[in-house]
Amino acid sequence: AMLDPDRGLSLTIARVVQRLQGSSLHSQLERQARVSLHKPEIKLESLKEDIKDFLKTSGWEKKLQNAVYSELNVFPLPCHPAAPPEHIKEPLAYMRKAQGSWEKRILKSLNSMCTELSIPLAQKRPVSEQKELLNKWNEMGTDEPDLSLFRPVYAPKDFLEVLMNLRNPNYENGEQPSFRNHLGLIQVPLKVKDISELKEDFSELGLNIGQLGIDDSAQVPPEFFENEHVRVGQKVLAEEDSAAAQQYVRQGCPTALRADLWALILNISNQPEDILYYEQLKSNVIQHNLLVDNLIYKDVKLTASNDDYYFVFEDYLYQVLLCFSRDTSVLEHFTYSSATPPKSYVQGKLGMEEYAVFYPPNVNYNSFILSVAPLCFLYHEPSKLYQIFREMYVRFFFRLHSISSHPSGIVSLCLLFETLLQTHLPQLFYHLREIGAQPLRISFKWMVRAFSGYLATDQLLLLWDRILGYNSLEILAVLAAAVFAFRAVNLMEVTSLAAAEAVLADLSTLKVMPLLQIFLFATVT
Amino acid sequence: LGTMAGKVKWVTDIEKSVLINNFEKRGWIQVAENEDWNFYWMSVQTIRNVFSVETGYRLSDDQIVNHFPNHYELTRKDLMVKNIKRYRKELEKEGSPLAEKDENGKYIYLDFVPVTFMLPADYNLFVEEFRKNPSSTWIMKPCGKAQGKGIFLINKLSQIKKWSRDSKTSSFVSQSSKEAYVISLYINNPLLIGGKKFDLRLYVLVSTYRPLRCYMYKLGFCRFCTVKYTPSTSELDNMFVHLTNVAIQKHGDDYNHIHGGKWTVSNLRLYLESTRGKEVTNKLFDEIHWIIVQSLKAVAPVMNNDKHCFECYGYDIIIDDKLKPWLIEVNASPSLTSSTANDRILKYNLINDTLNIAVPNGEIPDCKWNKSPPKEVLGNYEVLYDEEMAQSDGPERDPRGRSGQSMGAKGSRARDLGKPVLTTWK
Repeated sequence: AMLDPDRGLSLTIARVVQRLQGSSLHSQLERQARVSLHKPEIKLESLKEDIKDFLKTSGWEKKLQNAVYSELNVFPLPCHPAAPPEHIKEPLAYMRKAQGSWEKRILKSLNSMCTELSIPLAQKRPVSEQKELLNKWNEMGTDEPDLSLFRPVYAPKDFLEVLMNLRNPNYENGEQPSFRNHLGLIQVPLKVKDISELKEDFSELGLNIGQLGIDDSAQVPPEFFENEHVRVGQKVLAEEDSAAAQQYVRQGCPTALRADLWALILNISNQPEDILYYEQLKSNVIQHNLLVDNLIYKDVKLTASNDDYYFVFEDYLYQVLLCFSRDTSVLEHFTYSSATPPKSYVQGKLGMEEYAVFYPPNVNYNSFILSVAPLCFLYHEPSKLYQIFREMYVRFFFRLHSISSHPSGIVSLCLLFETLLQTHLPQLFYHLREIGAQPLRISFKWMVRAFSGYLATDQLLLLWDRILGYNSLEILAVLAAAVFAFRAVNLMEVTSLAAAEAVLADLSTLKVMPLLQIFLFATVT
Repeated sequence: LGTMAGKVKWVTDIEKSVLINNFEKRGWIQVAENEDWNFYWMSVQTIRNVFSVETGYRLSDDQIVNHFPNHYELTRKDLMVKNIKRYRKELEKEGSPLAEKDENGKYIYLDFVPVTFMLPADYNLFVEEFRKNPSSTWIMKPCGKAQGKGIFLINKLSQIKKWSRDSKTSSFVSQSSKEAYVISLYINNPLLIGGKKFDLRLYVLVSTYRPLRCYMYKLGFCRFCTVKYTPSTSELDNMFVHLTNVAIQKHGDDYNHIHGGKWTVSNLRLYLESTRGKEVTNKLFDEIHWIIVQSLKAVAPVMNNDKHCFECYGYDIIIDDKLKPWLIEVNASPSLTSSTANDRILKYNLINDTLNIAVPNGEIPDCKWNKSPPKEVLGNYEVLYDEEMAQSDGPERDPRGRSGQSMGAKGSRARDLGKPVLTTWK
């Protein structure tokens, strides 16, 4: 570490204070403190202590704790006080460069689509169109705009190609023999965990520990684990403790408590100002038409409308995604994302900041859609659904769409997956490689979508419980490897990529927790 | 290697692959109706003939059919309502706690069919009820039709003037059953998911009515309307908004051929538990099981419990926004057409599990058997209610099954012996 711990701590504290200052929580705390002055238990001699006690007993200290915890979870620790901002985004220069090129490619593709179709990136809607859209806000799924000319900007495999071609220019093949033997598609030497480290990190998934997704099956009497686990969950919710909730969900969320637990962990309380913010986004959507709106329509139609579970929520998906693409608060996450959003302006308002619209670098909405859809099973209030999705995106999912060295970034996940497979199922790995079926070619789409659209919804939610619980996406790579391990016997018999794809085409019957548990804790290594 | 003589001989007048594939995979032999057969999967027209006074014939001990002779007591909309009303009155007369009413005179435990009247017979009664709630909407359904045919909604008396004229004629004028309608209070506050209305289709197998033994298929499904639900009166004519029958939805512009607008019941359960909580979800499913069993008990006394018969019904249930389930109708011939690949698999498995229960071991049936299949052959069916077991269990109740799946797996339900304690949701 380049920084001594005390310095690092004070920097972190300073940053958290700076971020919370001026937030609505801050003003609420101030107001509460002022109100408390009228209370008899607050004495002038011990003013500071008494107010602190008051804030504690009234639950406001807990809210502050949750907010601080949230900040720590989301923002990375500073590496060095002199580190330039781009290092916070991404410390490795070659990664930054690769992400930059990828973004240029996407923007170029978007711009040429605009030119071809003579559609501006952004324009104001005529009033009649605005009225129409407002009326139809809750049923945009019934619209049938002509989308045939809009093509998806890129497919997952295009992104995979880019990742495969990443190279560290400072890296010499001869220096690290273990990496030289890496036979997968990813050829950059990022550090990934091995099984013993994963076992430690994911210790709560161990064989002796109760899990939802295993120990709540019909054959197990609820007295063994489930009842007590539910009771503890209710207590955690009553205490409103984010950190405790995060620890708790590592063993899975009871279905009835999940929505509240996730909201607690993500520190979403759906205050009036949050609802107002959402309504404002909605009015932005009504007033301005963005090119990407059409891409959203097209992708929702293709993806969610044809999904056995998600089709019901088609209309919510339009609402959330159209608002999301206009939400400038999302810009904050770019300080710690390797990506930089291309900015554009509403037609005719070039350079005027209030008419700026940004494009999330990933304009392949397919993955977005699939990360919103499962949330519709938990939240049916649009503004809450929106906030939960947004928070999930800026904490986790954005890392699946950008090139970075972060342990939860897609590059690391791919490498982790390949390493796990090559180390623990070498025969399978070599066999698949021999027949032209590099495993990552199949598992990439699972990981980049966090398995949404592949697993049954209840299983997906159990998996995402653990993403929240461990504040990491590494579990996606572990699960991908576990799936290959599970179907290893059949996979050893295939002789083509297509046949391998077929063996792994249907994951809808898989139970994720037993798979993870067996792979991590019960496989002979 | 059995000889041909030992194999079940089957006939059907319904040319559906989900049926035929199931017969063939058991090595059964197809024969013609006029030959010696053991198993006949017949349409409802045919069952009428088999048991009719003029053209009917006696079935022998080694012959089984898939309908009860007078199934229409349950499956005709007007007779179902009539039987349920009669059943409730009987319980009331006996002083049974099940027939308890609330302060508004509504049955607490037995109010699961929307208020319904027969037309033209009950026209005047209907008008009285209509006037109590002049802003209500009512749904008119022809008694004898299926697949949503001939259904329409009304919210003004003038829309059904035709039936008022007829009611003034002599009651001895016979109405052909084809022209009879039922009019029911329309559930205009259905539970919506994603803003869409849906109904539940559940399959229930009855092997005998007396004693009542019935099974519920675990893999029921929800059928969604493709168009956003609105109670607005301007959309009364838009059947795509209101009717969930796949036959109707299939022709809507938005009909999607890949998923056919269906959800599994377990999806529904996940959604409700996640958004509403476990207790109310368990209560809802308990109530659904309850109303199915009550409807069967209502018709059991009038059913011809012919030992050659079993029947697989399609129950249509709507859930309102207070999470109360309503029984809309029961189908004797649930559609065996498949709208999607998943659908085909579901119906294939449904027939498979049904045959495993109805024709034990796939061998030549003996209708005198005790109709008690071992647990292993149930497949995706679960015991919903077993009257024999319920009576032999006596006052000891088994504790509720896991996760609210209290289908009375051990056959006993406290309430069925008239105990006033409805433990699951008191």
